[in-house]
Amino acid sequence: MAEGRVIPIVPLSAAQAEVDRVLTICNACRYCEGFCAVFPAMTRRLSFPAADVDYLANLCHNCGACLHACQYAPPHEFAVNVPQAMARVRGETYAGHAWPRALGVLYQRNGLVLSLALASGLALFLVLAVMREGGFWQRVDGGNFYAVFPHGLMVSLFAPVFAFVVLALAMAVRHFWRGISPGEASGPAVGEAARDALRLRYLDGGHGEGCNEADDRYTLARRRFHHFTFYGFLLCFAATCVATLYHYLFGWPAPYGVTSLPKLLGITGGVSLVIGTAGLGWLNLKRHPTHGDVAQRPMDRGFIALLFLTASSGLVLMLVRSTAALPLALCVHLGAVMALFLTLPYGKFAHGVFRVAALLKWAIEKRQPNTVGVGE
Amino acid sequence: MVDVLVVGGGNAALCAALMAREAGASVLMLEAAPREWRGGNSPHVRNLRCMHDAPQDVLVEAYPEEEFWQDLLKVTGGKTDEHLARLAIRASSSCRDWMRSHGVRFQPSLSGALHTARTNAFFMGGGKALVNAYYRSAERLGVTVRYETPIDRLELQDGRFVAACAGERRFAAKACVLAAGGFESNREWLREAWGQNARGEWPADNFLIRGSRFNRGVLLKHLIDCGADAIGDPTQAHMVAIDARAPLYDGGICTRIDCVSLGVVVNREAKRFYDEGEDFWPKRYAIWGRLVAQQPGQIAWSIIDAKAVGRFMPPVFPGVRADSLPELARQLGLDEATFMRTLEAYNAACRAGTFDHTVLDDCHTEGLTPAKTHWALPLDTPPFHGYALKPGVTFTYLGLKTNEHAAVHFDGTPSGNLFVAGEMMAGNVLGQGYTAGVGMSIGTAFGRIAGTSAARAALRERVHG
Repeated sequence: MAEGRVIPIVPLSAAQAEVDRVLTICNACRYCEGFCAVFPAMTRRLSFPAADVDYLANLCHNCGACLHACQYAPPHEFAVNVPQAMARVRGETYAGHAWPRALGVLYQRNGLVLSLALASGLALFLVLAVMREGGFWQRVDGGNFYAVFPHGLMVSLFAPVFAFVVLALAMAVRHFWRGISPGEASGPAVGEAARDALRLRYLDGGHGEGCNEADDRYTLARRRFHHFTFYGFLLCFAATCVATLYHYLFGWPAPYGVTSLPKLLGITGGVSLVIGTAGLGWLNLKRHPTHGDVAQRPMDRGFIALLFLTASSGLVLMLVRSTAALPLALCVHLGAVMALFLTLPYGKFAHGVFRVAALLKWAIEKRQPNTVGVGE
Repeated sequence: MVDVLVVGGGNAALCAALMAREAGASVLMLEAAPREWRGGNSPHVRNLRCMHDAPQDVLVEAYPEEEFWQDLLKVTGGKTDEHLARLAIRASSSCRDWMRSHGVRFQPSLSGALHTARTNAFFMGGGKALVNAYYRSAERLGVTVRYETPIDRLELQDGRFVAACAGERRFAAKACVLAAGGFESNREWLREAWGQNARGEWPADNFLIRGSRFNRGVLLKHLIDCGADAIGDPTQAHMVAIDARAPLYDGGICTRIDCVSLGVVVNREAKRFYDEGEDFWPKRYAIWGRLVAQQPGQIAWSIIDAKAVGRFMPPVFPGVRADSLPELARQLGLDEATFMRTLEAYNAACRAGTFDHTVLDDCHTEGLTPAKTHWALPLDTPPFHGYALKPGVTFTYLGLKTNEHAAVHFDGTPSGNLFVAGEMMAGNVLGQGYTAGVGMSIGTAFGRIAGTSAARAALRERVHG
């Protein structure tokens, strides 16, 4: 018997059953094997139980190449649409593995309007707090925003939220990781997964010309804008880390000069994030309607919008810091940052951690012997 | 007036259109199908058989001209035009850079087809990705494409092309390339070609069409009626045994049943009728369609046991599964007593050696007719699986006679401005049989030749006219 592995029998959801149906057709065709890791991972299986469906769905980068190349895509009666089927399951895995479990429903409610409403609500709250102190529209000496919000207050606001985000995402991916039973991670496997994640290897179309967006043309646009977004985010994060070190380790409180390390990191990161999120938002609007799950667009756009708002308000804050608009700009920026962090564990950000976990499983799995030997 | 009219929208038509455009001609392409079904059978293809004298990008080792020619000679049983065949073979060694320049990408052999790494270059994403790339390139170069324009007749004058007509619409051009496919989706023509058998059946009524529903052969029939020289036998086609539950059209690759060589195949009378272990399934791929077509009811069943599972390409539909052979016979609706006699005789005749489904192994039968010459293991390990097979037609071989310039011939005289490519002339090279990827080799070679010839004819007329 080839099915030597003991797989717990879990009933498939409708979205998982569709992936099972579609992959059964793909596995008998395999023309797309060169595009990404999903297809070689698929060929190591003869059937697709729930855990494997979740794993393969998160390994899918939603690039669309296999849809445009598919001889069984609609209007064919087989109606094969891998990116869409995978996207629906991904949405379910984010919600299903959410921590705490009950908050998984937030994924369905994390829309564009909600995200922006949250950001503006928080900003308004901060504006009102500042107005109570009577300093809403005023110059602040040396652009020192701690004069508006004391450092201790900011830390007590953001540190718990940040800690919760890390905990919630770690618990979610741990739950997912246990479900897909990946085996031992070797050094080379970890290295390969990290490289693939950092390079977005599977958005290269297998031939380096990229994936599909609006039509059957290959484009590197999404890969590049995603790089701008991801590395911009990392640079901003690094700026915050360096500033924290400056503050606590060296006792150098903000504000810092334009040529200081936190500023250079923050400005570069902010500009990069603005470019990346503007590009991703534009691509999202132009996307071929059958790629992915339309129901998740509000979530995608909410996350993109909050990232854009965070980065752009940060840049504005830097530009107006010597004017009377500083308190207002600070409120808007902090509101955006707070809204972004509050929604991180229950929004599109989750795709990053789930995808990396799936990439690591693939890197582990491809190093194991293949029990399905159909080759001649 | 446009210089070159290309009738058809698949690989050969696209190659012709691109070559004619590159030669400086204005080109109008007329595709019968709507955009979402464009490309004829080409969206279902996946590789190109290529001659090469040394390892080349995705191809390993060497596959010299002579070996390619011998392979072609073997599968066609000599029904091939050596001059045209060698032209296509040589062209297959040098066309890939041109294909790449139009956006076609190649990849190493796929996991289920490792045996072809030496002879065949695989398209990244398969045939539809190739077709998409060619259409993008054609549009970029200024080729005009009209979908939903099925040409039903030509205006000809003394063996020269004047215009093509789709109902009331008329398209005049200085030269024309016909690349509109065969007639496999013309059910009436297939029925007429295959006729009625001794059992009173019309075999073609039970055929499934693996490819496009738009290849109705209207133009092919029209040209033959107009006196164009034809070549080939209307019953010859690329015909494989596919899952009987496959859709009537466009089932493509995934409906193939890949386990034939690992078990036995029985007909409606529960009897075996051919050596299932003659050669690897891909190598014998194109014979089982005809074999099944000759059986009663044009149906057969591939029977395997649990030992075969995981050793062949996963089928798209689940097989009928049973825990014993008599139960499998009952579930398949086969006569249980005959089925058990067939299976018991086979199991008893198996001389097990060292089983290896990746080579021509030494497991064979003794004293059994028909023999199973390789991979003969007794079917004794439940669960057992049965897959119903029907003949699946990919493309037909009856076509228009042509020469090295891809000219259509009338009474042995080549036309000055009417050319033919692809399935409409593949029968010149491929009179019968098939070997993987050779249809694309012929289509690409003659598509390119026809496009060049048509551009030359049109531009000559431009100068003289």
